[in-house]
Amino acid sequence: MKLAPIRYAAPATMDEAIALLGSCDAKVMSGGQSLMPIMAFRLATPELIVDLKKIPGLDQIVIDDQGVRLGAKVRWCDIESDGRLAQANPLLAEAIKHVAHYQIRNRGTVGGSVAHADPASEMPAIAACCEAVISVIGSKGARKIKAVDFFISALQTSLEADEVITEVLLPAWPAGRRWGFQEFARRRGDFALAGIAAFYDLDGQGCAANAHIAVFGASDRQHRLPGAEAALNGRPVTPETIAAAASAASAEVDPPSDIHAPGEYRRALVETLTERALAHAAK
Amino acid sequence: MNTRPGNSLIGSPVERVEDLRFLRGKGTYVSDFSLPNQLHAVILRSPEAHGVIRRIDTSRARALPGVHAVITAADFGARPPHIPLRLQPLPELAPFHQPVLAFEKVRYVGEPLAVVLADTASIAEDALELIDVEIAALPAVTDRASAERGDSILFEPHGSNRALVWTATRGDAEAAFVKADVVLKERFHIQRHAAMFMEPRGFVADWNAETQRLKVWGAAKVAWTNRRILATAMGLEETAIDMVELDVGGGFGSRGEFYPEDFLIPAAARIAGRPVKWSEDRREHLMCANHARDIEINVEMALAKDGRILGLRGMCYSDNGAYLRTNGSVGPRNVAQFMSGPYKIENIHLQTTMLTTNKTPSGTYRGPGRFETDFARERLIDLAAKKLGMDRAEIRRKNLVADADMPYPLATIQPFESVTELDSGDYHAVFDRCLKEFGWDEKSALQGKLIDGRYHGIAVGSFIEGGAAGPKEDARLALETDGSLTVHLGSSAVGQGLETIMAQIAADSMEMSFDRIRVLHGSTTHVTEGYGSYHSRSTVMGGSAILLAAEKLKDKIRECAAARLGCSKDDVTIDAETVRFKTTSLTFAGLGAEPIEVEATFYNKKYTYAYGTQAAHVSVDVGTGHVRVHDYLSVEDVGRMINPLTLHGQAIGSIVQGLGGTFLEHLVYDANGQILTGSLADYLMPTASDFPNIRSITLELKPSPNNPLGAKGAGEGGIIPVGGIIANAVANALSHLGVEPMELPLSPPRVWALIDAARRAKR
Ligand SMILES: Cc1cc2nc3c(=O)[nH]c(=O)nc-3n(C[C@H](O)[C@H](O)[C@H](O)COP(=O)(O)OP(=O)(O)OC[C@H]3O[C@@H](n4cnc5c(N)ncnc54)[C@H](O)[C@@H]3O)c2cc1C
Repeated sequence: MKLAPIRYAAPATMDEAIALLGSCDAKVMSGGQSLMPIMAFRLATPELIVDLKKIPGLDQIVIDDQGVRLGAKVRWCDIESDGRLAQANPLLAEAIKHVAHYQIRNRGTVGGSVAHADPASEMPAIAACCEAVISVIGSKGARKIKAVDFFISALQTSLEADEVITEVLLPAWPAGRRWGFQEFARRRGDFALAGIAAFYDLDGQGCAANAHIAVFGASDRQHRLPGAEAALNGRPVTPETIAAAASAASAEVDPPSDIHAPGEYRRALVETLTERALAHAAK
Repeated sequence: MNTRPGNSLIGSPVERVEDLRFLRGKGTYVSDFSLPNQLHAVILRSPEAHGVIRRIDTSRARALPGVHAVITAADFGARPPHIPLRLQPLPELAPFHQPVLAFEKVRYVGEPLAVVLADTASIAEDALELIDVEIAALPAVTDRASAERGDSILFEPHGSNRALVWTATRGDAEAAFVKADVVLKERFHIQRHAAMFMEPRGFVADWNAETQRLKVWGAAKVAWTNRRILATAMGLEETAIDMVELDVGGGFGSRGEFYPEDFLIPAAARIAGRPVKWSEDRREHLMCANHARDIEINVEMALAKDGRILGLRGMCYSDNGAYLRTNGSVGPRNVAQFMSGPYKIENIHLQTTMLTTNKTPSGTYRGPGRFETDFARERLIDLAAKKLGMDRAEIRRKNLVADADMPYPLATIQPFESVTELDSGDYHAVFDRCLKEFGWDEKSALQGKLIDGRYHGIAVGSFIEGGAAGPKEDARLALETDGSLTVHLGSSAVGQGLETIMAQIAADSMEMSFDRIRVLHGSTTHVTEGYGSYHSRSTVMGGSAILLAAEKLKDKIRECAAARLGCSKDDVTIDAETVRFKTTSLTFAGLGAEPIEVEATFYNKKYTYAYGTQAAHVSVDVGTGHVRVHDYLSVEDVGRMINPLTLHGQAIGSIVQGLGGTFLEHLVYDANGQILTGSLADYLMPTASDFPNIRSITLELKPSPNNPLGAKGAGEGGIIPVGGIIANAVANALSHLGVEPMELPLSPPRVWALIDAARRAKR
């Protein structure tokens, strides 16, 4: 479990970083919490590591009328300790509590998680649920990518090899929005066997509107569940509606089996967790 | 710290003297230890589960700058050394001994093929990728079905994948089943898991060509036995080898057994003419260190209408992996011999077939065979209670061995016959104490109750723990010229607080203050012969040896004092580190010009049996299959407690390990014999926050009659009944569904699948 021979660079500017990324088989490093284990197992053997640590300006959480802007280098512990988020995006605050363990939370970052795109990770689920906009920059310039276009498959995104994520924007969160977050993991901090992030607004009649329900850990990427959302929209949020939405959710996923759980278990979990997330939202 | 004179330290909660060193980061584990000029060894391991080795070409690896040598089986002549069995060394098991490097065939993923020696471990790992290995793959044998089919055989000359059958007998099982009012027949399975100590294994070896002496750092558990095996394999005299024990980050039965690396690293040092260091990484540990448990238990229980258990019979199939390792028979054998546990079951015929498969070889892990067999037995007793409509506590009371029946013989096991008996105990008293402390009567109201989305259940069960394996242990005591006492011991430390406990025993027996005592242990340089730490033996065996040595030392001290005080030795009194004759006195310091030394041996043929009862309160989330442990209580009688603090730590730690084996830990293979749990992200261990509600009470009701301390080995205890008790509590919680777990681990997907199947069946 020793790294293969590798070169390391910690450029001071984004321009240098992008140039280095284009120069050879190179990888960006942020917190290193996913990349280092992969390299230790020699599953990835890039020639060059480009560490973002000296590049300024990527570590802020900005809250304005557009929403919450998370710099790519914002760490889980930064989110955890930012009291403003309880108002600005309580779904994010709740979800991040479930990410990994103390030491990892002190290093793991938003940009790293989104770029890594583990199908069971929380941040991409929040990005998918909230319709995040992901800002990236590369040799061809800067662009903004919608979450739905960003996550392609397990560990696969629409990011180019020389592109660096700079920011994740979660659109503004209206007061009174109802939300719920549920995941089930074998132990506290483990990757989820399945999880649900959900919110909806209430229309004038007290019915659900604008429902957003995203699943993670139960397919090859984080994505919304339109069937479950439709089962909710325009209806009063009763136990019956919730049960219908939960049942729609489980019908919409076709989870893979692995050594931790068979697909049918994950499918049942999606139903249970959707029900619980919406019940929390309705409280 | 404590400087209490007299016989007061035994039984006191003395804080571990080791801890200060460890907590300050001052421990020396084998990875911390280095020699100048050392090379680093990395081992090439088989990527195939089963196959014939066609070719190993190391030329490209050897050409890599920084690589000094690549060692293969060819370096050890026509046939590389094979590792003999330490326990139950039956000649019929010789065909299954593991070679130190795969020889002709590979039989599991992870089997050593070659050793690379390089300037750094990183370079050595780079070189691994440059070794060209050609293996002609054979079908992998990965479970009982494929082992029995026999279309692929690990050891062709043997003719089948069946290595040996163990048979435990007592009374007349067939007759008991004829007489029985009720017979239960079930199949249980306990998954493959293993000891996952925090510090992986490692060695540093140094060969001195001039003196033809070898020194090995990193010894643990059974240094003397391993020295003997190593000496034979290397063609050396035993006395030409020193095995040095450093600090040890856990053992649990697995560390310190003789593995291929125990030979390969010293042999590499001799070949290279330079010191060699090897540190096992976690991935290696998961696929190379002993696995354990993996057993199918098919058993029948015969009962009378009144709940008396009349007999047990059945056949178990142990998946032993690719080779028979040094202690690979212990678990399978124990499953058969100890299934009756603390219960009076007079008629037994139980067998275990050991199967060879293309998986990592297995060995002992804390409570070997006992964790497994208790799962089956405690489940059966609850199932029997249900069938007979009896109370689950009552049926156990009815069958526990009574104090008046002691000593109580257990089933005899064959081959390599072992006859043993429960030594002493008031099993009923401990049982009732556990129920009381647990609040059994109050908690009974919770059974099957649905509270906040979770169904609650409780269970209780009893167990025995064997300890104090013979044949003997040595202690050498030296009263130094400064008046301090050095204790040299054959027992070894595996994290159990050995130094503290032995110092307590030495301090009391010499009536000296605790901080005047230094304990040196585990290295072959300390005593002529030592047997080490396994089978919960070091406290009883090493401690008793100290007691004997202390008597001898006091005698010798009187002799020395008599010469100086001009009296007869019988007139000398010893008190508070001072010798006296009438009004003249001399302190221990300066008593002799040389250290005063004695050596004593404690011999033991009989085992001790600590025993206890545990109870659990769990709840099950039927939506996820998650089981929460609300309360777990263990009450154990250890005869005599040396240190309640360290013992408490042993009990709690052991129960947590048992909960790990019950809920989380599972070594998973695919049908090709590839191990799928190659890191701790996939092999799940309990973490600090998983099981917060564990309680342990230790009693001293019935001292063991088999040693002068009256102590019983108690290092494994807690773990033994955990699987059975938790499974019973889960069944109790889900009784409305009729869920009956027969397999471990009780992972959420498994529990959910049981619930789902029960619901479908009801529909
Ligand atoms: C034991 C353990 C448990 C964990 N549990 C969880 C969990 O429960 N939930 C969870 O979500 N995560 C979990 N993680 C992962 C953790 O959250 C990681 O920190 C995170 O996924 C990656 O962030 P990082 O900053 O460490 O990225 P790195 O490891 O540095 O990088 C990861 C990948 O992203 C790329 N990358 C990094 N930053 C950028 C960027 N700005 N632009 C473009 N590409 C970039 C890298 O090239 C690499 O491919 C766990 C990790 C461990 C070790």
